[in-house]
Amino acid sequence: MAATAIASELQTRSSQGVPPATLGQPVAELRSATRRYGTTVALDGLNLALYPGEIVALLGPNGAGKTTAVRLLLGLIAPTSGTARVMGRDPRNSETRTGIGAMLQVTRVPETLRVREHIDLFRSYYPTPLPAADIVRAARLEGLENTFFGKLSGGQKQRVLFGLALAGNPGLVFLDEPTVGMDIESRRALWDQIRALAAQGKTVLLTTHYLEEADALASRIVVIGKGKVLAEGTPAEIKHQVSGRRIRCVTALNADFLRSLPSVLTVEQDREAVVITTSNAETVAHELLRNDPTLHGLEISAPGLEDAFLALTASAKPNA
Amino acid sequence: MATAIALQPQSLGPRYYARVLAQETRYEFLKMMRAKVFSFSVIGFPVMFYMIFGLTNHHVEYARYLLASYSCFGMFGAALFGLGAGVAMERAQGWLELKQASPMPRFAYLFAKTATCAAIAMITVAILLALGLTLGGVTMTFLEVVELSAITLAGVIPFAALGLLISFVLPPNAGPGMINIIYLPMSFASGMWMPISSLPHWIQKLAVTLPTYHYAQLALNIFGYAQPGTSMAAHWEALIGFSCLLVGAAWLVITRSEAKA
Repeated sequence: MAATAIASELQTRSSQGVPPATLGQPVAELRSATRRYGTTVALDGLNLALYPGEIVALLGPNGAGKTTAVRLLLGLIAPTSGTARVMGRDPRNSETRTGIGAMLQVTRVPETLRVREHIDLFRSYYPTPLPAADIVRAARLEGLENTFFGKLSGGQKQRVLFGLALAGNPGLVFLDEPTVGMDIESRRALWDQIRALAAQGKTVLLTTHYLEEADALASRIVVIGKGKVLAEGTPAEIKHQVSGRRIRCVTALNADFLRSLPSVLTVEQDREAVVITTSNAETVAHELLRNDPTLHGLEISAPGLEDAFLALTASAKPNA
Repeated sequence: MATAIALQPQSLGPRYYARVLAQETRYEFLKMMRAKVFSFSVIGFPVMFYMIFGLTNHHVEYARYLLASYSCFGMFGAALFGLGAGVAMERAQGWLELKQASPMPRFAYLFAKTATCAAIAMITVAILLALGLTLGGVTMTFLEVVELSAITLAGVIPFAALGLLISFVLPPNAGPGMINIIYLPMSFASGMWMPISSLPHWIQKLAVTLPTYHYAQLALNIFGYAQPGTSMAAHWEALIGFSCLLVGAAWLVITRSEAKA
């Protein structure tokens, strides 16, 4: 498939160490990191570099190795082979961690402490913490300072965890599925907060399986599957890996005729309509309208991130 | 932004460590005391049992015996439920991992948990003493009060280690149920509820292998209720031996689980 070819080309490019639009040394780096749990391979020679000030989205289906990659960079686990480096140092060293903030998937947080107290405690873990008032503002916790954690709503709890990740005023922030369980409104509010971090020059690594989230936030997307990098690039670059555009219409023309048109790549039936993928949408549309005066419901669209993601992760399967 | 972003790793000085230690301990204590199910049961059980079995009989001997043995029982419960169940839960819920991802020193976490156990046990001892001295008709010298407190406190080392060991060995969701299976039979067989001489012979023989037995004997000796023919030096040796064993085992299990990570 075309997508596979481009994916492997991109992968070669990244493994040759040509970073896409970057400045200076990487803030954090996984070098051919492999991590096994018994016989399962969670990460398989993964290369990943984060450069100052970028928001990188680690995108992949469940079990792709996203959380394992984050845990390696946080020094919570060690790689079976390969290296994990943060600011050129071992993340298992607590002094390295003074520059890192993390929001992990926590099922329950002690409920008998107030929001203010949780913030105060996490501030004490860092030598030069952010003032508590700044954390409250950045995580939009105004008015909730004296509330016990157990009395907060799901979205508010996520915001406290986000605030705790900022407690040390870190230069590098890991957000593991930060908007899980949030409604659309609070999700969008958190996106603004994440953008604000990058605007302050912080580097953000975000794992998500919401494509929309990666598209809205990331300056670079790394698609992983089965512990390997499948593709890497800006959201636009990833989308372009699915070649051509799509034409959807209701037509009397038969599929064989449609396939015979120049530049048509695929023809699929979708309920009453056909979906044509083509590298030259204008010419094909013109031909369709000329041959079928009854044609209606015409839509022409560029492939979304979702199409690219499905193509990329699907093409990874036969290799496994 | 007013504060510079921490991009470079920073070194951590003694003032930093002192502050983390104080904050972690303070909030651990607050958190546990506010968890009513925990504080009511861990402090409440020995106190309630003392009121039922120690005070209502108007029998000074019972009031004296149980004052010593329930002090030990209080510490044992605080260590198993406060530290054991607490750490197990925080491990299962990912909260411990979030703390470990921060620069928080590991000993601050362990120190805070242990100190909180000790504080809760001391609160229990204080309530038991107040009840015994006022309503139970117990008379004690100041030195005996200090001795009882000190012996109770000495139990924090072996039993905090046992709690920690349990939290790493038991499946994370086994929870308080499994801990009760250790807590209740061990307390009973160690003579914490009734004199060891009134228990079946096989339990009396088994008791010698339990750290809780030697611990309770040391406290009971204050009132002269230790089993006749046993030496306090031997009980101290046994308690210290179990302490070394349990601390070592907990250390081993934790470092092994980290090496596996």
